[in-house]
Amino acid sequence: MLEIKNLHAKVEDQPILRGIDLTVNPGEVHAIMGPNGSGKSTLSHVLAGRDDYEITEGSVSYKGEDLLEMEPEERAAHGLFLAFQYPIEIPGVATMTFLKTAVNSQRKLRGEDELATPDFMKLVREKADQLKVSQDMLRRSVNVGFSGGEKKRAEILQMAVLDPTLCVLDETDSGLDIDALRVVADGVNALRGPDRGMVIITHYQRLLNYIVPDHVHVLSAGKIVRSGGKELALELEESGYAAYEADAA
Amino acid sequence: MAAVQETVEQVKGLAVEQYKYGFFTDIESEKAPKGLNEDIVKFISAKKGEPEWMLEWRLDAYRRWRNLDEPSWAKVKYPPVDFDDLYYYSAPKRADDGPLSLDEVDPELLRTYEKLGIPLREQEVLAGVQGAKVAVDAVFDSVSVVTTFKEELAKSGVIFCPISEAVQTHPELVQKYLGSVVPVTDNFYATLNSAVFSDGSFVYIPEGVRCPMELSTYFRINESQTGQFERTLIIADKGSYVSYLEGCTAPMRDENQLHAAVVELIAHDDAEIKYSTVQNWYPGDAEGVGGIYNFVTKRGDCRGKNSKISWTQVETGSAITWKYPSCILRGDNSRGEFYSIAISNGHQQIDSGTKMIHLGKNTSSRIISKGVSAGKSSNTYRGLVSAHRRASGARNHTQCDSLLIGQTCSAHTVPYIESKNSTAKFEHEATTSKIGDDQLFYCRQRGLNEEEAVALIVNGFCKEVLQQLPMEFAVEAQALVGISLEGSVG
Repeated sequence: MLEIKNLHAKVEDQPILRGIDLTVNPGEVHAIMGPNGSGKSTLSHVLAGRDDYEITEGSVSYKGEDLLEMEPEERAAHGLFLAFQYPIEIPGVATMTFLKTAVNSQRKLRGEDELATPDFMKLVREKADQLKVSQDMLRRSVNVGFSGGEKKRAEILQMAVLDPTLCVLDETDSGLDIDALRVVADGVNALRGPDRGMVIITHYQRLLNYIVPDHVHVLSAGKIVRSGGKELALELEESGYAAYEADAA
Repeated sequence: MAAVQETVEQVKGLAVEQYKYGFFTDIESEKAPKGLNEDIVKFISAKKGEPEWMLEWRLDAYRRWRNLDEPSWAKVKYPPVDFDDLYYYSAPKRADDGPLSLDEVDPELLRTYEKLGIPLREQEVLAGVQGAKVAVDAVFDSVSVVTTFKEELAKSGVIFCPISEAVQTHPELVQKYLGSVVPVTDNFYATLNSAVFSDGSFVYIPEGVRCPMELSTYFRINESQTGQFERTLIIADKGSYVSYLEGCTAPMRDENQLHAAVVELIAHDDAEIKYSTVQNWYPGDAEGVGGIYNFVTKRGDCRGKNSKISWTQVETGSAITWKYPSCILRGDNSRGEFYSIAISNGHQQIDSGTKMIHLGKNTSSRIISKGVSAGKSSNTYRGLVSAHRRASGARNHTQCDSLLIGQTCSAHTVPYIESKNSTAKFEHEATTSKIGDDQLFYCRQRGLNEEEAVALIVNGFCKEVLQQLPMEFAVEAQALVGISLEGSVG
């Protein structure tokens, strides 16, 4: 469903991605690991359509369409979801309102009718219970005053409600204690399915104990320098990234 | 191009096409000759068949006005207004004998108000289109064309009619209260208004009555080169309650039109007045050509003990807004509130705020001001909180927040605090923030387009004030907040 070919991107003349190749098929979970500054977050932002980056070469096709031609909201409506490393605060906008606006904006873009409020509420309550997101949290402003764990749970809740086909999780484990990590991982695992692809970006192998990937890739200096199965993550845990940093340099 | 930058570009395109109410109604009207002199004042007074005292009051104001200068302290810039090049009176023909029953109102006028989304036909309102009953006084240029639900209101003793009618039918009330809150000589525009005001609403809520429905007035300027000088007077007698809403629109014109209104509120012992405004006058085009000069004096007098006056305003229109709805907290334990959303875009200039004058003991006031500026606009909050020597125990809390969109707009805050009583407690909080690229991107990643994202973020920013609006209008106001910041995406 996702095919990245020779993707190059730079920000303010500084090349960050230097030729990424990656194919994600439905049902697959890919982990992208790498040291700080290797371009992991850039990749997630480029996929979601953040316009601070200039694509200088390469292509990204998503469900047979040119992803790079789409506006961020169109990508979202086509089923691409990015769980943010640092979820953004929107004061005064209740999480429930935000979710409803997002769901209906996406439906509108896809030419579907808006979801009736009772149906929507039912959907959210059900997903919220699974993720231990309280009614109180749903009433609070988006991410305002949320703890690190609450923010990440709210991200996964949004993911569950929006029901995407491609989930990109950017350092979802950062700032989580072990209990919160488990709740988030359970939430993500519940969303695994034959029609959904996932790209999990992480610095640490820890998350991958809970969300077991099908493929692991090592990103260094803007390139995927090694790919393998889930055992690659364990190997990295032992040896660290030093070898790859040397490679890239 | 960063997302915010893009929004800024799109917002620049905000123009004529965004203003939904810019149409002109082709209807025959009767005007007084251009310019202002004693004869015009007499003409207006005669048109209304006013008693001698009313004419004298107007002439006195006119003579004083001639010796006044336009105020220049506000942070707004505009070429001098040529007061001799304006029509001071314009009325749709046939309506010059005052408001008619609905059957007699020109169908063209009814259609105008329909287009504006204001139901004038009582049976339609009763059919529950809006969910709740709202009585409407519709003012078209210089006259009130119709007032709905008058009879039903009369049953509870509430008087709701055009002020020109009140001068005839309730002269004792008008004489007693007119100019008692905003004196004839208050300021340049108020004095001008006193001389030439043509219509507006009059409300009297008798002792102990809770007004059974929302009252509202819709102001429409239609004719070109016409100033609108409306005058509204609301009196809440002891222990009564009323909620009142005004809405304003005007056609798009490339000239600047003057709107100089005066609103006076009087709350007696234990009475409460809630006054809400949704101001959407034509703001001018993308280059800053045309638009309404909205120079308005609004003041409430909490005359009795335990009285309360609450102003809520959503200001999105007008080329220039100069407006400070204020409260005089005269009665002991009285309370004043000011909740404001002021949105400026394009070349709009807003200088608005409030005055809370604490005179009585244990008076309290609260100010929440939300300023949103975009485009090349300038948005100033100007406020005064003062405590008189005898105002022991006076309390005020002011919260003044500004939100900026883009690099070319500006926001200013000018709070004055004067306390002559050592027991007064005044608090002032202020914040300034920007809609960030991060926020926009986050919303867009979830499927909102840029306009929806800006509208959502701004509505969140304004939430505390939107909550103060009567329910029937809150939804409308939320949509308006979005529309007034709309760029031309796509």
